Order: sequence, then structure tokens, then C-alpha cells
Amino acid sequence: MSPNGRKKRQSPDWPSYLAARRDAATHPCLKRYFDACTLSPETPIAEVPMVAMDMETTGLDASRHGIVSIGLVPFTLSRVRLIQRHYWIVKPRQPLNRESVAFHHITHSQVADAPDLEVILPDLLEALAGRLAVVHFRHIERPFLDVAVKARLGEGIRFPVIDTMSLEARIHRQPLWARFRRWMGRPPVSIRLQSSRARYGLPAYQGHHALIDALATAELLQAQIAARYTLDTPVGQLWS
Amino acid sequence: MEVELLEIRQHMGRFAPFDLISDELLDGLAGQVEVAYFKAGTDILTYGQELHEFCYIRSGAVEVHRRNGELYNRLGEGDMFGHFSLLRDQRVRFPARALEDTLIYFIPEAAFHELCEADEHFADFVELERPRLETASEQQKKNNNLMITRVRKLLTRYPLMVEASSTVQHAAQQIGEAQASAVLVLDAPGDNPRYIVRDCEERAWQVRGILTDSDFRKRVVAEGRSPDTPVGEVIVDRLIAIQSDESVHEAMLCMLRNNIHHLPVMHRRSPVGIVHLSDIIRHETHSSLYLVSNIFNQSSAAGLAKLAPDVRAAFMRMVEDDADSRMVGSALSTIGRSFTRRLLELAEEELGPPPVPYCFMTNGSMARNEQTFVTDQDNALVLDDDFDPERHDAYFLAMAQRVSDGLNACGYSYCTGGIMATNPKWRQPLAVWKGYFRDWIDNPTPERLLHSSIFFDLDSVYGENVFVEQLQELVADKAKNSPQFLAAMSRNALNRTPPLGFFRTFVMEKDGKQNNTINLKRRGTAPMVDLIRIHALACGSRAQNSFERLDDIGRTQLLAPGVSDKLRYALEFLAMSRIRHQVIDLHHERTPDNTIEPENVADNERHTLKDAFQALSNAQKFLKFRYGMPTRPLSK
Repeated sequence: MSPNGRKKRQSPDWPSYLAARRDAATHPCLKRYFDACTLSPETPIAEVPMVAMDMETTGLDASRHGIVSIGLVPFTLSRVRLIQRHYWIVKPRQPLNRESVAFHHITHSQVADAPDLEVILPDLLEALAGRLAVVHFRHIERPFLDVAVKARLGEGIRFPVIDTMSLEARIHRQPLWARFRRWMGRPPVSIRLQSSRARYGLPAYQGHHALIDALATAELLQAQIAARYTLDTPVGQLWS
Repeated sequence: MEVELLEIRQHMGRFAPFDLISDELLDGLAGQVEVAYFKAGTDILTYGQELHEFCYIRSGAVEVHRRNGELYNRLGEGDMFGHFSLLRDQRVRFPARALEDTLIYFIPEAAFHELCEADEHFADFVELERPRLETASEQQKKNNNLMITRVRKLLTRYPLMVEASSTVQHAAQQIGEAQASAVLVLDAPGDNPRYIVRDCEERAWQVRGILTDSDFRKRVVAEGRSPDTPVGEVIVDRLIAIQSDESVHEAMLCMLRNNIHHLPVMHRRSPVGIVHLSDIIRHETHSSLYLVSNIFNQSSAAGLAKLAPDVRAAFMRMVEDDADSRMVGSALSTIGRSFTRRLLELAEEELGPPPVPYCFMTNGSMARNEQTFVTDQDNALVLDDDFDPERHDAYFLAMAQRVSDGLNACGYSYCTGGIMATNPKWRQPLAVWKGYFRDWIDNPTPERLLHSSIFFDLDSVYGENVFVEQLQELVADKAKNSPQFLAAMSRNALNRTPPLGFFRTFVMEKDGKQNNTINLKRRGTAPMVDLIRIHALACGSRAQNSFERLDDIGRTQLLAPGVSDKLRYALEFLAMSRIRHQVIDLHHERTPDNTIEPENVADNERHTLKDAFQALSNAQKFLKFRYGMPTRPLSK
């Protein structure tokens, strides 16, 4: 139970995990990354440097599919800094199938000319270091990156993220509220990126570009905090 | 290019002033954007805060206030704010707050200055030193200098063409089917042909000549040629043509010089059309000059009334030819005066010579030479002091009635306020008029102030001009020495105020209220004309036209340097907007009025109109300060 007696959110003990990885990491890139991971769960969200991340992949299963593109946009609650953005197209070790190509607008030739993730990995880890990752639906970005890094550096990577989709789910998918809507004959509220943004008056962006989706995610978190939390909310209540 | 930021660049590219900057600059800009979300009701900029960026509204709505809390502006998607601070001292003067949930793009100071440097249009848009208003009016003037209509403007379709080997019968059929009156004749390209045409298969042809209606008569039938004669045998091998950018005037001279009625028009070496003499005549008949001479040729009031559609055509033509408001105003006033004058001549023919001398006086916009298409009549009769109502008034009443009815039939509706010579009060000898004017100036009451604002724009149309000149002199000499009168006029002039500007499809009022339409005369040109009249009276100007009054005012110390120019630009823009929207109404076959709907206002017009309203509002504030309030209560 949490101090105020309400239901405690299930979130791993990130400080202990990160401290352990800091000591155990052998690859210099990973060592530098974990050395920068010193964020305390008590830190007010307004003071946390963050980075919104989005990936396009060849499928949904990290063990069978690969990463095609990655978009990163560093931000804080007060500003999204586009000038510091990163965008990479990489060549997955698994072949592209036709459906995913249509979905991403990334063509075979673009991918064929792209480097392997290993080439951009130092830059990617450098951009992530010292910043809390923010994603919409954490079950893509984190496992895919873990598998890809393990395949290339021999050791995986896991880290805390703020998942804007699960923040929406906390409101709209709470059992009581969801049951009430079902009882009223309403469909469940969509917690996909575009629908969630629309609820906060954020504009519709054309989807499925990793950089634009990362920007969209950063803006969504700003809106969620402004609407439902305070600047002092400890980051530990938000990450998962 | 940063393909991945299309989302941002395309959005900004839709809104002024970013819509006119190059793709390259826009890409650079999009890449430097910082984004922040503001929940409705939260502050975006606070007073006095240091600012090193300007703000662009990606979505939502923002209210900008003055320091005292008064609403300064309400902005929506695609608008920018905060840039004035970058041009001054990097401190926020006008705090801004999110009215709805709002997404703001912040663009850094360095990028702002780079843009100002690289893009003149952007600099014009944002800079205080060179207000939009001025450049917009200058732009209009520049277009006027190029106003000589080019001959290509008369072309309505691509020329008809036949091969030289086809028969005259075939050519005649083609002309008949196309309801044309001439056809260009093509032949195989010889050595270095002067005019060429390429067909859809990219084969080149030379334009050898032209075959016209009259050629069939003179060269085929009269000479007894068979219908099977090839066209090439009939035509003359010397083609007279004109370049498409020559003036209509030049085209007409060319036809007269060569005694031809058809003239092929070329763009460089390729034909683009054929003009006929009748096209030029039709063009000319729509001009106001032709209309005026036609007015004086009419022998009845009914004949004059039939010219009303021509007034409309002349008005539309002038606006489409980019005339400025002074040209339109003076042309329409000249037309209105001509109607009045001709009606008076016809009345004299019918009623016999006048028993005593008179002057027919016009007031309001016609006196100022500022008429637009939507107008009513304001007129009066100033009679000789020998006038005896018992013996003479029946004559002048009949005259006034004829003119007033005639004008109404020509489209100048009766004045709802009764400012017409048919009203006995406004049909008086000179001495009575002088008495009126003195009384109005010495003892201003609300009713007398209203009369002053109509009758103190005055000019003679016909008759003893000297009567009205004496009245003009009286006003000019007396008003400037009557501070109480000027104060009362000033207070009166503040009754009609401009709106703040536009927000989405609404007109924004200063109290934050939103309206669907705005009457541009009541809220723009009329209060502007009122305040110019007061300054003109204060400096003893005898000019009636507002622009000429501003010239006189500009020569005095009444206004701070540059202010009279600013008012000139604002009036010109307001007047032109009103005129343009009347033309839009006419094009859509709606009854033209003085109202504009914000959704019909283009982006750049909306920004400039807002500046014009601002200039008017500032000038009204100055009026209050300059002429003050009367120290003694008004006499009853």
C-alpha cells in the first residue's frame, strides 16, 4: 500500500535496477548510458529532462520483427525542442514485408541504403542518456530496443518510461469507469495517440512517421500533465 | 530538405506572412521551432517578462491584453504574437493568455531577425517602422501607374485557325460553327516565318494571314470565286498583328491606320486571339467618360434612368482596373453630378427660365467627391435673396421634385433624413442659409451637429456657383474660431468607433463581443471622414474632399508629423475594402451594401484592415484630447 492508502501502481523498482546495471554494464556505450541514469523517483515532473521516442517496426513481435526508423525529440514540460531532434532510418535484420511498407511510407530502397542499427547506436544512446524516455504504448519501443541492443552489444537495455497511453488508460480504463460506460452502452474510449490528443484540443498530425509521432507524444504528455497532474507530481508516480 | 518536418512547415505556409516566404526559409524555420502546450486560462506571456522568441498559434486561441487589462486582440490558428517585443526591448508589453487549450510554436529571435533580413515582405509585415497600411496603399498606387489597359485583356478566346489548303467553304463553315467573324490561316513553315503555331503533335506552322467576314464578300463572292477555292489563294500575304502587351489605345490606332476591323494579337511569335473593333468600342462604352457624355445626350428623365446599368458597369470596370478610391469616388461623383445637372437642364426646359437666380447644392459624399455605388441623394437649393416664397416657391418646388424623382429613378435613392431640395427647410435664400450655418456653429445641439456634419460638406452642382462659395467661406472662417463648436463636433464624432479586428469568422469588438458582419461605412469610412472634417474645419481648410483636407491639415501643426499620412493610408484602405466588397456583391448578383462578412476577407486584407481600424481608433483618442470637451454646457 502507498502512504495515502490508495491502490499502488505496479511499477518496478527502477532505482535499484538502474544501480545494478550501472555496476554490471561492460560495453562503454551502455556504461555511459547507465551512468547518466540517476533520476530519483521523487523528482518533480517539471524538473525532469525527457525525450519522446517513437519507432516504426516491421511488426509487433520484438523476437521476430525489426526496427525500421526511430524518431527522438528531447523536451521538458515547458518546451519541446525540435532543433535537438533525431531521426534515423535503419536496416532491420529481419526482411520487410509488404504490409508494413504501406503502413510507414518507408520504401525498400530507403531501407536498403540504410545502415544497421549498430552504426547509429552510440548516437542513439547518447541522445537518450540522462533523459527520461516518453512513449505512447511502451510494449513496442522498450522491448524492440532491448532485443536489438542485446543482439549487437551482447547485453540488453531496459529503462523507465512514461507511457502516455497508460496515463490515458488510468483515466478511461479504470474498471469502475469502464464498467459504467459499458453499462451505458458506450464503446470503450479510444486511447490511441490521435484520439487521446483530440481530447486535449491537440491538432491531428499525419500519423506513422516516427519523428512526428514522437513530437505528438511529447505534446500529449505536456497536455496530460497540465490537465490532470501538477508540476510537483513526483516522476515515480508517472513512470512504469 | 527536412522532409520529416512537413507537418509544421505546411501549416505555417498556409498563413500570412509565412505564406509568401520561400520554401527554403520556411524549412529552416520549421526546424528551429519549440513547442509548448497551454491549457485554457493559463498565461503564455506575462507583462515585463524577457522575451527572445515570438509565438505562432498552431491550434487553439489566445487573448492579448493591454497592461491595464483592456483586450487588445484575440488571435486564432495561424496568427503570431510577441514579435513587437523583439523589435523593441525584448520585454513583453502585451501579456497573452490561452483562451482555449492552445499549442504554441516558439520561434527564436535569431531566426526572426534572419527572416526580416532575408524576406522583405516578412519585414514589412512585422515592422513597426513601415506599417502594412502604408505599403498596402502604395501597392495600390503602383498598380494604377500601370493602369493602361493591355490589349490581351479584351481577348475572350483562342483564335480559330484553318490550313491554307482548305476551301473557303470549309473556312466559312468553321467560322459559322464557332460564331466567330474571322479565322487565321496556317501554312507550312517557310524560311524563318514571322509568326508560328505548333499543333498538338508539335509540328510548326506559319501564320500566313487572316480571313474575315468581309473577305468572303469582297474577295470571294464579289470576284466570282468558287466555294472550292483554297483559302490560301484568297488572303493577302501581309499579316498586320499586335503584341499582347500593347495598350488598347495602340490597338485602336493600329486598326484606324490600316483601315482594318480585325487585329490578330500575338504573344511573341504565337497568336493568342483576335480583337475586333467592336470589342474596343464595347470596352470604351463602359468607361465613365463615355457615360458622362451619354448622360448629356439624353432628352428625358426616362432616358437617364436607362443608363443606371451603365453606372454599375463603369463602377465595376474601374475597380477591376485597380483604380484607387479617389479615382472611383471622383468618377462616380462626376457621374452623379452629371445626372443632377442634366435633370436641372431638362427641368428648366420644361418649366421655363428660373424667376430668380439659384444654385443647386450637393452635400455629403457627392460634395466630397467620394461617392460609391451605394448612395442616396443629399441636396438643397440656395436661392437669390430676392426670392419671394409667395411668387417663386412653386417653381423651385417643381424643379426640386423633378430632380429628386429623376435621381431616384437613376438609382440615387431618396434621402431618408429628408436632406433634399424638396424639403422647404432646405430650399431657402442665401441669407437664410447663412443664418442657419451661423446658428449651428454658435449654438450646437445634437440635431444641429448632425446637420453640420452633412451640410458642411458642400459644393455647387449647377447655377450661381458663387452662392455656395460664399457658404463655404463662411464655414471655413467661422468654425475655426469656435472652440466650443469643434469640441461638440469632436464628441459627436466619437459616437461611432471601429471594431478591434477579426477573429476567425467574427468581427471582434473591444469588449470581446463577436459579430458576424461589419458595416464598413458606419464603423470605418464615416467616422474617419468625420474626424478629418473636424481637423479641416479647425485649420480653416476650404477643401471638401477628405484627401485634399488631409493635404491642408498636413501643412499645419495640428497633427504630429506623419499622422495625416497615416490617416490617408487608413482611409484609402477602408474605402477600397468597402468598394471591393460592393463589387463582390455585384458579381454575385446581390444588392451591394456597406457590409462585409469576415469570411470573405482575405488574410492580408484582414491584417491591413485591423491596422486601419487601429489608426482610426488612435485618431479618435487624439480628437478627444485635442479639442477637449466644452467647458460650458451646451445651449438648448
